[in-house]
Order: sequence, then C-alpha cells, then structure tokens
Amino acid sequence: MSEQKTKVAESRVSGPADHGASGNSPMRNFLEGSAGRSLGLVIALVLLFVMGAVTSGDRFLNLENMLTILRYASIIGVVSIGVTFVITAGGIDLSVGSVLGLSTVVASMTSVQLAATQSSWILMVLVALAVGAGAGLINGLIVAYGNVVSFIATLAMLVGARGLAELISGRSTQIVSNRDFLQVMRGEVLGVSILIWIFVIVAAAGWFLLNRTTFGRRTIAIGGNLEASRLAGIKVKRHLVYLYVLSGLTAGIGGVMFLGRTTAGTSTHGLLLELDVIAAVVVGGTLLVGGRGTIMGTVLGVLIFSTLINVFTQNNLDTSLQALARGLILVVAVLLQQRFAARGTRVTKPVKV
Amino acid sequence: MFKDDHGELLLEVRGITKQFAGVQALKGVDLEVAPGEVHCVMGQNGAGKSTLIKTLSGVHQPDSGSIRWEGEEISISSPTAALDLGIATMYQELDVVDGLSVAENIFLGHERSTGGLLHVKKSNAAARALLERLGHGKLSPTTGVGSLSAANKQIVSMARALSRDTKLIIMDEPSAILDSGEVSNLFRVVRELTAQGIAVVYISHRLEEIRQIGDRISVIKDGRSTASSLGVTETPTSDLIRLMTGRDVANVFPDRNPVAADAPVVLEVEDVELSGQFEKVSFTVRAGEILGFAGLVGSKRSEILETIYGARKASSGRVSVNGTVLRPGSVTSAVNAGMGLSPEERKSQGLILDEPMFKNVTLSTFERFARAGYLDERAEREAAREQISALEVRPADPDRPARTLSGGNQQKILLARWLVHGTPVLLLDEPTRGVDVGARAEIYTLIRDLAAAGTAIIVVSSEIEEVLGLADTVIVIDDGRVLTQTRANDIDEHGVLDLVMKGSAA
Repeated sequence: MSEQKTKVAESRVSGPADHGASGNSPMRNFLEGSAGRSLGLVIALVLLFVMGAVTSGDRFLNLENMLTILRYASIIGVVSIGVTFVITAGGIDLSVGSVLGLSTVVASMTSVQLAATQSSWILMVLVALAVGAGAGLINGLIVAYGNVVSFIATLAMLVGARGLAELISGRSTQIVSNRDFLQVMRGEVLGVSILIWIFVIVAAAGWFLLNRTTFGRRTIAIGGNLEASRLAGIKVKRHLVYLYVLSGLTAGIGGVMFLGRTTAGTSTHGLLLELDVIAAVVVGGTLLVGGRGTIMGTVLGVLIFSTLINVFTQNNLDTSLQALARGLILVVAVLLQQRFAARGTRVTKPVKV
Repeated sequence: MFKDDHGELLLEVRGITKQFAGVQALKGVDLEVAPGEVHCVMGQNGAGKSTLIKTLSGVHQPDSGSIRWEGEEISISSPTAALDLGIATMYQELDVVDGLSVAENIFLGHERSTGGLLHVKKSNAAARALLERLGHGKLSPTTGVGSLSAANKQIVSMARALSRDTKLIIMDEPSAILDSGEVSNLFRVVRELTAQGIAVVYISHRLEEIRQIGDRISVIKDGRSTASSLGVTETPTSDLIRLMTGRDVANVFPDRNPVAADAPVVLEVEDVELSGQFEKVSFTVRAGEILGFAGLVGSKRSEILETIYGARKASSGRVSVNGTVLRPGSVTSAVNAGMGLSPEERKSQGLILDEPMFKNVTLSTFERFARAGYLDERAEREAAREQISALEVRPADPDRPARTLSGGNQQKILLARWLVHGTPVLLLDEPTRGVDVGARAEIYTLIRDLAAAGTAIIVVSSEIEEVLGLADTVIVIDDGRVLTQTRANDIDEHGVLDLVMKGSAA
C-alpha cells in the first residue's frame, strides 16, 4: 500500500522466475542422465588421481598402488552394492558393519573350522553367507511385516549383532587355521587379488540385477512409489524382505573377504563400516529417498573414497585431515544431488492434452 | 445476501496475465470482490484458478494487468505482503502443523511473545476468542491439531486467517476434504465471516455448493474470464457449464451401447463388508457393463472399491472374478484374477512420477516381458508405445517421465497399464479428477470403448453427473450404506441427491 512496497514489488514482476522448459538439448539430456552424473564422479576421480600423481609421482602412479587402492575398496565396495539396493527401495541398512563382524566370528568358530577341515573350506564361506543372509532376513521381516522404520530396525541389528559377536568370541581374536581357505582368499588371478575379483563380480552382478531384471525393476518401483507399486499388484512386503536379505548377504561376503585379508575373525571387524558404505552410495548418486539407484555410481563413490585415503596416506597426511576431506566430499555430493533432484521436478511443464 | 452496493470494491482485478515457461496460464482474468460477499470462482481443472489464487496471495506476480485493493493500485510481492494487506488463503492442502496445538497453529508466524518468550495463556485466550467468533468455542486451544478432523483443521486455518486483520479469505475447494455434514458447518462459518464484513473468494466446481453459499460467480476458462460477477440465483446451470466448458453438456458423454442380456457375469461381490467403514454390499457386473457408484464425499465409495480390490481387507464377504474367489486383502490375488484399479490419487497411488511413461504403463505387467527374470525392455517399450498411441497420449514419447504429463495424460497411462494387462475387470476411482474438459470427453470415450470391448467396469466419482452419464447401472451410497441400485436411465442428479438427503435424515 505504501509507495515503497509497491516499488519493490514491481521490480520483482519484471524478473519472472523462469526455469526449465528452455529445451531438451542432447547435451543437457546427457548431463542430466545417469551417464552425466557418473561423468561428474569420473571427473572427481580423475582429479584425485592428478592430485596423487602430482604430490607423490611414481609412488602413486604404479600398478602395485592401483591394486592397493582397489584392494582397499573391495570389501566396502561389495557391501555397498547390497546397500545400494536397500537405499534404492527407499530404506536404509545400518547393520551391515556389525553383521559383517558377526559373520567373521561365526565362520571362524572352532567348531565351524573343525567341520571345515573335515569337509571343505567352502563350509566357512557358506556359514558366513548364511549368517549375513539370516541377519538380513530378520531385518527384512521386522521392516516389512513389523512395519518398523528401517532406520530403527537395522539400528537394533547394528547393536545386537555386535553384541552377539562379542558373546560368541568372548572378545578374543579367532585365528583362521584352515589353509585351503586362506590359500584361496589370499590368492591371485591374472596377478590381481581374489578380493578385487570378488568386488568386480559382485558389482557386475549387482548392475545386471538392478538394471536388467524384474527384481531390479521392483526395487526401483517400490522406492519410487510404494503405494502405486502395491496397487499395481507387486508383492511389496515380500520384496522388501528379499532386499534386506541381499544386503545382509553382501555383508556376509564382506565377512569372508575380511577373514581372508586379516586371517582372523573378531567382533570388531567392520566397525563403523556402515558409515563408509552409506557415504559411498550417496556420493554415487543413489537417492536416499529411493526411486533412483546406480551401481556404477556406488562403485565410483567407493573408488573416490579409497583413492582419497591412498593419496593422503602417500603424503603422510594426518588421518584427521583425511576425515575432514571425506566429510567435505560427502556434503558437496549431496548438495549437487539435491540440485539435481530439484531440477528433475521441473524439467518440463506439463503438456496439455 | 447479495450486496448491491458496488460503490466500494475491496478487490478489483483487471486483465491479469501470467506466463510460465512458454505456457500462458492466465490470458486476461477479471475479478471484483465487494466486502462481505462470497464470490465464487468456477472453472474446470487447468482453467487457471490455482494461478489466480497464487497471484492474489503473492506467490506469483502477474506479467500484466492491474490489481486494486480498497481502491488503490497495488502489487502483491510476496505471501507476507498479501497477509499484511489482509488477504489470507486457505489452500486445499491444509497448512497446519500437526505437532502443534490449536493455539500455536493459529499464531504460527506471529506468536504472542515478548523478547522471544511465549505468552501461552494470553495466546490460548486469544485463540479461544477467535474460535468463538467462528462458532467453534468448543474446540480447545490446547488440543493437538494432529488429532483433529479435516473439518476442524480447516477451522483452525480460518482462525489463523482471522488472527491477522484479514479482510479477504480465499478458499481453494474447501469442501473437497469434507463430508456432507461438515460442508454445512463450513457454510455456517463462512456466513459468520461475511456477517463480520469479511469477503470470501470461494473456489469450487460444485454447482450445488455454489448455489447454496455464493453471492456472485465469476467463471474462468482456459486462463480467460468468460463471465464476471454473475448473480448466483439468476444464472441457469446450463449457462454456467457452457461458460466453463465452451460446449453443451449433452455431448460430453458418449452413447451407451446396450449390455447384451446374455453377457456373462464377470465380477461378483457378495456381502462384502468392512466394519467401521461400510455395510454389506452385493452386486454383480457383467462383461461390457459399466457400474457407477454415486454418492457425496465421505460416502465411502473409494473404501468399497479398495476393499473389492484387496487394498483393504474386508471383514467379511466374498469377491470373485470369473468364478475365481479372491483372497481378501490381497491386491496380488485380485490382479492375478484379472482386476485392475486406477486409484483416486493418481500421483501418490498410481504413478512413479520420475520413471518414464513406459515403465509406468508396464508396472503391473513387466514380469511378462522377462525371461527368467531378465527384462526385455525393448518389448516392454513397444507394448507401451502401442497403448500410448492407441490412447493418444501426448506427447507420445514412452521415455518421458510421468511427472511431465498433464492430468488427462497421466490418467491415460493408468488405463494403458491395465490395457496391457488385459484385465476383464477395471475399477476406476475418480477417473477425471484433475483432468481438463477436453481430455475428459476423451477419457469418457475410452471408458465406453473398453466396455464395448467386453470389460466389466466400475466407476466411482464425486461428480454425480459423471456417474450418471457414464454408467449403465448406478449404486447410490451414503455413509457406507447402499441406498439403491438402479439403471442409470431411471435416475437423475436430483433423484440421487434426494435419496442421499433422505438417507442421511433417516
């Protein structure tokens, strides 16, 4: 009503907020598509490599160091693939680190090792996988049929599984004595550690499962709109259970890898692993609210963090500084993701019939 | 009620236009509101009502045209500026905070406080006074809003408007979330407001309501005023519809094709009941027949439909499709037996908005396009593309995200979903909600064609006229009770309303 108010208002009228709709150029489509998002991660990874090469030169840029980065990434990577599925469906699995620890403890129990010596080393693997899948099954049943929020259900498992692992192991380290198991786990194929191969296989299988199968389609559909999926006839509850089993299973695989790498099972294996895993998945571009997941992004996210750690270690930098950098990367990635999500909702105006 | 003195207008809007990213939402809208009147704004979905509201409440600024407030030319730069002027808006999605009390909600944003310390007692007392002004002195200011009904939340929202020195309240389809009893209560409150000199802009497309509460009517069509300030009592319904739609009602609905006398019964519903929601219903639908559920908001139409579909678990009764008895409370069982539902809330219950059209079309059939779990996305896209072109979804690009489609096209995607599935039974809940007029006629034709091809269809709609125009057989329900089942030709809108009124009185 006053003069001033009117003026301020008029200046706003002249600058209409006009978003989107300005075109669907191929470049823009590409950049906003999944390839574009992965491209951003690839660029980040390349930057880290350049940083490593500049600061450490040949110490960084050699095959042995590259394999070190991959070996470091392998366990987090495998577990991250499973968690990517849960997050894509709109859930979360906080329990993977504890479940991994529990699986190493159970698989390295004296009785299990004894039975494995009498039969085959594979028994230890199967036990670890069963522990992981079993914990996932419990998570899944509680979330899907108990209607407990996934954050709480898996938080309970995080605490509970760690406690159970401590009880079973008596907080002592259980040395793996099965030679065959160690030989396989510490072996190499084509000069590359078996741990890295496991990561590669799990990632490839995960990509296929998410992008090319009905299982993946259900996962994305449930994350995108649970109610619509239910009303379309998808068995939502059952599928949710499968997802947590899958996530637990990858924690079990991670447990097997841990046993191989450290030659021992303890209740402290995988401590706080869930945080690295979730960070990698989120940095990779999987939306925490569900409906969009990318295995490629998760793999790149894991590689970014492990390369970062490698670069910092090579330069003898403080681990606290390293933690700070990881925090920064996480925040920046999520901010970019939000910008993307906001834009996604207004890419184009509705077209009239 | 109609105020003759046009001498002092409260609000005078002239020729405002607004363009969004290439879409001309408003092409010239006029509106004049006098103090103490209820001015109804009518228009089909997509006519520009929401844009008009948002312009008046400061969310959008018009590209051209003028707004005068109490005789002075102004522009409303922000929602706060609108509130400062005395314009309050009640949106359909009520903006109350469930976690706060009634009083806290009323004074949200302008809390009674000194130096950051809240005056709890004072604001509770002030809230009580406001509620009494609205004739709702019984509503306690300390009650948590989360526990209130939609109707009472609306009262809180209105009290909030009053707590600022409000001269105009814009109500965006306030009755949409209310049942019939609550609507008459709303009208009482609206009359309290106008008696105190407050003007109300009442947005609705329900003629019956406008006849009851309105003083004058303005009509918008395709972003343009087609009529301004018509008298409510002297304007015939047919004129209003023509002004809104640009066509006569008669030819909106396609001709019925008679259901063959020997057409087999496809859907059989026997004594299905959901305690606390609705009483026993029984009916059959034959191949090619369209059954309509007519009733007001709150009559539990959707609940019945969802129970038949298994989305809610029936307390007793039996549903069978082609002789196969469905497992109660199992959507999967219903879908497998050949039932499809197009839900009431397309966006929240029907579509995965960020996924491409074709994946939305195949949401209940994608497993068919898979061998041992491996999806054949090409075949899937092809099947979707076929339906997209058959239903004339525009744009016909199967890779476009569902979010970018208009309401009518989104509805077609849901129809396409069940066409790919080939369901013999189709349940359509509010098939034209949020769909503009042109697309409505198309959707009616589609539904008719589906019936002609032998699909058994149930249509539920809050628009009685739509049910009567589309269905062969009509079931009239009120408050979860079947009042009558009759051929659509044997009943008209009046008949339905009469039954409902009698039913509620009994």
